[in-house]
Amino acid sequence: MSAHGQEMTGASSLVKSLEAAGVDVMFGIPGGAILPAYDPIFDSSIRHILVRHEQGAGHAATGYAQVTGRTGVCIATSGPGATNLVTALADAQMDSVPIVAITGQVPSNAIGTDAFQEADIRGVTMPITKHNYLITDPADIPRAIAEAFHIAGTGRPGPVLVDIAKDALQKMTTFKYPTNIQLAGYKPQVEPDAQAIRDAAALISQSKKPVFYVGGGIIKSNAHRELMQLAEIVGAPVVTTLMARGAFPDSHQLHLGMPGMHGSVAAVTALQKSDLLITLGARFDDRVTGKLSTFAVNAKIIHADIDPAEIGKNRFADVAVIGDLKHIIKALIPAVQTEFKKSKPDLTEWWRQMGSLRETYPVGYTHPEDGSVSPQYVIQRISDISGPDSIYVAGVGQHQMWASQFVKFEKPRTWLNSGGLGTMGYAVPAAMGAKVGAPDTTVWAIDGDGCFQMTNQELVTCALNNIPIKVAIINNESLGMVRQWQTMFYEGRYSNTSLESKRIPDFVKLADAMGCAGLRCDKTEDVDAVIKEAMSINDQPVVVDFSVFRDAMVWPMVAAGTSNDDIMIARDLAPDWDSEEL
Amino acid sequence: MSKHTLAVLVENSPGVLARVASLFSRRAYNIDSLAVGPTENSDISRMTIVLNLEGHVLEQVMAQLYKLVNVIAISEMPTETTIQREVLLVKVEPGAARDEVLSMVKRFESKVVDEEDGVLTIEATGESEIIAALLEALRPYGLKELVQSGLVALERGRAALSDRTLSAQGISTLHEIGNTQTDYQN
Repeated sequence: MSAHGQEMTGASSLVKSLEAAGVDVMFGIPGGAILPAYDPIFDSSIRHILVRHEQGAGHAATGYAQVTGRTGVCIATSGPGATNLVTALADAQMDSVPIVAITGQVPSNAIGTDAFQEADIRGVTMPITKHNYLITDPADIPRAIAEAFHIAGTGRPGPVLVDIAKDALQKMTTFKYPTNIQLAGYKPQVEPDAQAIRDAAALISQSKKPVFYVGGGIIKSNAHRELMQLAEIVGAPVVTTLMARGAFPDSHQLHLGMPGMHGSVAAVTALQKSDLLITLGARFDDRVTGKLSTFAVNAKIIHADIDPAEIGKNRFADVAVIGDLKHIIKALIPAVQTEFKKSKPDLTEWWRQMGSLRETYPVGYTHPEDGSVSPQYVIQRISDISGPDSIYVAGVGQHQMWASQFVKFEKPRTWLNSGGLGTMGYAVPAAMGAKVGAPDTTVWAIDGDGCFQMTNQELVTCALNNIPIKVAIINNESLGMVRQWQTMFYEGRYSNTSLESKRIPDFVKLADAMGCAGLRCDKTEDVDAVIKEAMSINDQPVVVDFSVFRDAMVWPMVAAGTSNDDIMIARDLAPDWDSEEL
Repeated sequence: MSKHTLAVLVENSPGVLARVASLFSRRAYNIDSLAVGPTENSDISRMTIVLNLEGHVLEQVMAQLYKLVNVIAISEMPTETTIQREVLLVKVEPGAARDEVLSMVKRFESKVVDEEDGVLTIEATGESEIIAALLEALRPYGLKELVQSGLVALERGRAALSDRTLSAQGISTLHEIGNTQTDYQN
């Protein structure tokens, strides 16, 4: 490191530290307090992408991180710049995404005086970051940056914010980037406990109805190959949660689909009827368990996770395995093989039941009777035409659930969505970050007309910075998921869910105004041609306004707070349990 | 309702108390008392937290607490193996009953630290139950004002929480740190 030991401003020290941390791109907007940093950024090898709203910078950092597995970086000024990052930080915290946010703070002597653009962003973000810093001494900048990247990217990943007072950026300091980071209170366990592995293997060999309950941790740990190996050895059904779509190929014979509120009947029922959940990097979220007291009541639980605080948080674990999933599964494979030499469970009957459910109740849809376009059909065709190598990024709502159901995922890091926080507006900026991280891959944002209107200004950023993402607006002129709940639980009283977005705005004109190609599709027979046209445009972002059936609903559904046993495959329609022998 | 006393070693860094308080608030854990102060190591502060857990499991609380980067070590402080103390300062204006109050003070091994205008300020140190009993005994004489510290606790004998920090032992997992039943377990 040539700059090591040199005298420079805190701002230069910050940029040198980011370079030393291996940052190649960051998303941000300058402002008063962070301004000193933007001068050395001007000369840096780091690509800075000037976004149009700080929330977009945060989600872009998340999208970049989800696709590359590296830590994403966003940067903003004090006060409103920093508070605009809050949603993206909370989002990254809920979905365990490694990002580092740099914010300017008012000068240290003004902190606490309600100075112009002052906000206590360290205080604000304490509950929604993995850790955060307030730096007032330029000498502390390199250490804080090094620690921030270490904390964000190791253990259970998450967002770390570094708030730096303006005078710390302006003062002179000696640049010294630490090579070795020691944190007294932070040492994530990577290697699992050998006894826990043996206990888990023993439970697996004794189980008659095992299920792999696979969460996003598999993708974060890059453990999809190991998972495949273990799953094939055990031969048990695999379900992949919303955060784990792509962790195990949808086409694989062991895959039953996604569990949860809008999961497949087979996946939901497999968890319910199982006698052993092999839980890998999942967290028994309420959207998966339904009413917790009725969830998988006969199942023992193996819970493997890098975060000890997930163990027993929602559901008691019979065997807890703490560590990095890649290491855990690598250790579990030989342990299971040893057990299987003694006794291998016969899963024939279990598979007969689950196979029957998978056959009888595939996730499906019907074309609308009024001749309008089915939203599910649009998403299915995008998946078929663009293929499993593309990256799919969703907003939040009906289109998100349809994308998780009807895109065929074969690979990890090809599905990005806001799973935990449920952040409407996530798709466009996250797709931007994804495309920056994977410039040679086709990136589709599958967005709703409501979500799109929250963050679409980042298409300007995309157009100006050669980030040609493709956006499919699934336009049902409604806050569709809320409307679905109003249909089901509020007697169809559609209070404030009509967006009228087939009328205003004109998304094609809007796309054009933002330097994007704008396409429109409102006929089923045109869907393929329009998708292919969008696929052919690669020198600018493309926005396709798919005008779809307004009353389409997401099925199956387990209503919030009810038991997974009460899954509905259509309105007031439960699976025909009597004909299934479970 | 179950009461637990936790000793928590934290880095002596700005905002660490806010982090702990924020965590307890966010996860809806009830704190009965929290005492914080310096330790033999100037880089480390020690908190003693008395929790009143309803619907939460102690291990879960400890695991969440340990996720805070500034938290270095945690241990439960059971009454059987630890010394627990609170401090009380209380003002009483006994009037004609001064002698009775003084004998009460003596009986509870507390002391009068100030007497002015007929008001006695009494200082007592002891276990929570002793402090509570003293207060009850003094109540008939009129409690003008009182202040109580949070509880502090220390293990008996050679055992020391600071010996069980990651840095002290170079141990890679919290799992291995605990050598008593009450320490944090996965």
